[in-house]
Amino acid sequence: MKRRTVLTGAVALSAAPSLGRAAERTKIVWWHAMTAALGEQVNHLVDAFNRSQDAIEVQAIYKGGYADVLTATIAAFRAGQAPHLAQIFEVGTGSMLAAGKATKQVWELIKETGVGIDPNAYIPAVRGYYSLSDGRMASMPFNSSTAVMWYSKDAFRKAGLDPDKPPATWPEVLKAAETIKSKDAAEIPVTSSWLSWIQLEQYSALHDIPFASKADGFDGLDAQLEINSRAHVRHMQRLLDMAKDGTFKYTGRDNQPDQLLVSGKAGIHFNSSGMRGDMVKSARFDWGEAFLPYDPEIIKSPLNSIIGGASLWTMTAPNRTAEEYKAVAAFLQFIGKPDNDAYWHQHTGYVPVTFGGFQLSQQQGFYDKNPGADLPAKQLTRGTVTNNSRGLRLGRLLEIRNIIYEEMEKAFQGGQTAQQAMDGAVSRGNRVLREFEKSVKS
Amino acid sequence: MERRTVFEGWLLPVLLVLPQLLLTGFFFLWPAGEAIWSSLIRADPFGLGSTFVGLENFSELFSDPLYVDSIIRTVIFCAAVSLLSMSVALLLAVFADRHIAGRAIYRTLLIWPYAVAPAVSAVLWLFILNPQVGLLGRWLNSRGIAWDYTINGGQAMLMVIVASAWKQVSYNFIFFLAGLQSIPRAVVEAARMDGAKGWHRFRTITFPLLSPTTFFLLVVNLVYAAFDTFGTIYALTHGGPGKDTETLVIKVYRDGVVNLDLGSSSAQSVVLMAGVIALTAIQFRFIGRRTSA
Amino acid sequence: MSQAIISAPIEHVVPRQRPDWLAHIVLAIGVLLFALPVWLVFAGSTQDSGAITRGELSLLPSLDLSAYPRVLLHGSMGTEPVWHMLLVSGGMALAIALGKIVISILSAYAVVFFRFPFRHAAFWLIFITLMLPVEVRIIPTYSVMANFGLINSFTGLTVPLIASATATLLFRQVFVAIPDELVEAARMDGAGPLRFLRDILIPVSAANIAALFVILFVYGWNQYLWPLLVATDPGLDTIVIGIVKMIGVETQTDWSSVMATAVLALLPPIVVVVLMQRWFVAGLTEGEK
Repeated sequence: MKRRTVLTGAVALSAAPSLGRAAERTKIVWWHAMTAALGEQVNHLVDAFNRSQDAIEVQAIYKGGYADVLTATIAAFRAGQAPHLAQIFEVGTGSMLAAGKATKQVWELIKETGVGIDPNAYIPAVRGYYSLSDGRMASMPFNSSTAVMWYSKDAFRKAGLDPDKPPATWPEVLKAAETIKSKDAAEIPVTSSWLSWIQLEQYSALHDIPFASKADGFDGLDAQLEINSRAHVRHMQRLLDMAKDGTFKYTGRDNQPDQLLVSGKAGIHFNSSGMRGDMVKSARFDWGEAFLPYDPEIIKSPLNSIIGGASLWTMTAPNRTAEEYKAVAAFLQFIGKPDNDAYWHQHTGYVPVTFGGFQLSQQQGFYDKNPGADLPAKQLTRGTVTNNSRGLRLGRLLEIRNIIYEEMEKAFQGGQTAQQAMDGAVSRGNRVLREFEKSVKS
Repeated sequence: MERRTVFEGWLLPVLLVLPQLLLTGFFFLWPAGEAIWSSLIRADPFGLGSTFVGLENFSELFSDPLYVDSIIRTVIFCAAVSLLSMSVALLLAVFADRHIAGRAIYRTLLIWPYAVAPAVSAVLWLFILNPQVGLLGRWLNSRGIAWDYTINGGQAMLMVIVASAWKQVSYNFIFFLAGLQSIPRAVVEAARMDGAKGWHRFRTITFPLLSPTTFFLLVVNLVYAAFDTFGTIYALTHGGPGKDTETLVIKVYRDGVVNLDLGSSSAQSVVLMAGVIALTAIQFRFIGRRTSA
Repeated sequence: MSQAIISAPIEHVVPRQRPDWLAHIVLAIGVLLFALPVWLVFAGSTQDSGAITRGELSLLPSLDLSAYPRVLLHGSMGTEPVWHMLLVSGGMALAIALGKIVISILSAYAVVFFRFPFRHAAFWLIFITLMLPVEVRIIPTYSVMANFGLINSFTGLTVPLIASATATLLFRQVFVAIPDELVEAARMDGAGPLRFLRDILIPVSAANIAALFVILFVYGWNQYLWPLLVATDPGLDTIVIGIVKMIGVETQTDWSSVMATAVLALLPPIVVVVLMQRWFVAGLTEGEK
């Protein structure tokens, strides 16, 4: 349409290197999903960048929840008007990697613009999730969290357990849960948010066992799920047995159980490390944060946990200029600087994504003033990252999670065993993976 | 269903209906056409490559027993929500139409809930019904009723039916009230002078005269229950536990927005659309007849 | 049964000697059940956000109304001030409601009172738009809007939402039921079709128009997905988008601000409801024979 050509022509003109018109800033549009306090911090970050130079102006726009941002980005891309940056959740990484020319991956950006972004400055467990299997970075890590074990020190005390020595292994968790139950020290002995993410995905990483073949999907679209292995089934059956005993209670999908965390209803509550802000601000009981427990029979020293959260993807558009990509790269470089990374980490509850940010926070004494705030980062940097602890690279991972929830809910209702649930999840999940494979190969 | 008395000419009506047809054409039919087209292809989300697969998306749907279950579940859900919300609204409207003190206040308070923003009402239901921290949920559990919709499918279904119907009662109330107020006083007076008692009068005079409104609301309620309840159900249960509250529209969202499987979600939308159109056509044919002048 | 006599909508004014206890009881229970969540929002707006996060939401409000001026003037956590968002939503809802009513009256009138080719098809084309879930329409509609340059404009916020199947259906039902005698009488009076529309049809449909106006206003008022997609300038944020932006996911939420904003968001629709009751219904008792 004529109007569009005129419009895009004007955009191209204004983005071209300006000759003598110093006031012309390159405009970068960033679509994100951060609300409330996080939204405020995004605005703070963007303002800081805009103020620090006068060649580029970033505009951060809330576009809904993660799923809505992705849909909006796709719709805009198809209309030729994709934003420069889009915040896409980690489970969408598979889909974004299959997007080919729709995105410009970070390594491409570095090569084309020459802007100095060093992948090695980023924590491997974080960077790995968003990189190609040969290490090249595809998207820029931004807000990352991991899973931890929150527990109520009050409940521990009431049960006669040592509040400063939380259980480190699953056998210990079981014992603690039984004690809490018998002493009636908490309304719910043990529960977990994000059952699939924490009790299967994280579990696999910690114990160095595959969630799926082909290095958890990194090495090929033809990966198969492997969550019906003996170890996985045993862990799920353990949760089912605990549920029957009353030592574990299933309280819903994803973040539905979150309402219980801050109110202290559970003795032990597995949840994202990002809940820290809420806990500090609103919890009225004595709480603690601990590493995720592991099974010593499967592994002696547990590996790193994996991240959740989102990353920033650079989108392409028909008339996007080299100048604009350079501006995007400059912004990505800015948020990776130690002071900005540290600021974001300290004010949001997400983990630092660079070593620089982590070390700066240590130097600033942030962890002395906030004991336990470095636990997630410590859990992410422990051990050496293997193929099983880099993260997941599966298309339609959200659907697979939903399938897992469905199967486990049936099991919690008493309708099937853990083996049947995991077998069902594997066969249904594999079908989804094959569908995804077909759709991106067309 | 036609009028006997009409006006002459065709240019005027065409001009009158044109604006809406144009808007409908550009903002519904064109996108709808694209949606139907995408139900016949398999593509990646970004539209970089696609293959024509004909009816494969549809055959995959119907060969999945879980999908057929969803259809049945949706029918039950729609019927329950419509019947519940319409009957409660009618009851309230009849009483709010009477001459009583504070009538305007009652009406305003009953219409108000319709205006609560969907994002807020979803959160509110959770604050009320959560088994551990909700006002009502906690109370139920303390009285020994095992209220837990994260595990109990029946309770989950009950909860989404009630939450969805709650929203619709205000909507139906407004229209039933308007319909009652459109009934000429002379007719009601004549019936009363004939000695017809309350319930009898309602059954033989009022309810039949309300039938244009009732028919309209039935159609709209069924469509609402099928499509617009997505937000409520998703916020409360995500379609769980298992698939116990997964209606067809939740599945469309799951496949279209969450999974970016545009081919399948378009196919599901086409099926859903065809089903509702068929249902509405049946309603028009059999029930609509009896509401003409 | 045909309506032999038609009159403008009226309040049924029948004086009674005793108060109607049954009506009061039924209505009071109704109000309790249906207005309870609304009451909770108000109560929550006066309580401490931290307490609400802990699940301690109480039915009893406190006297602390400080959340209201706070959100009105400053929004919450980076949103626009609430008064601004209320204006945007108000303008949008008004435009949508008025647009929908005008367009639908005209369409229904054309389809019912005239015989022109393809009139059935025209009605059904308009009507089936109800039946396609919006999630599926998003991507194609976005490109249509982009083609027209409607992204990020007030027109883009309102125009695509003006076609209305519900209103057209309702008016069609009402118009079909109009007695033949009325049309004949108007014709004998020498009234043309447009005068008939203006002088007879619209007054007779007044109660329904009022009801529809409330519904359509609220529909426009509570729009979320469209404005989110179309508006890129935060200055175009509607009140519902503002509320969603205030609700934190994986972060703290200032619940008292959220609920105060929700209460403020309820006020304009209430004003609309009250006005509609007054103007259209009460003021037309003169039309009654």
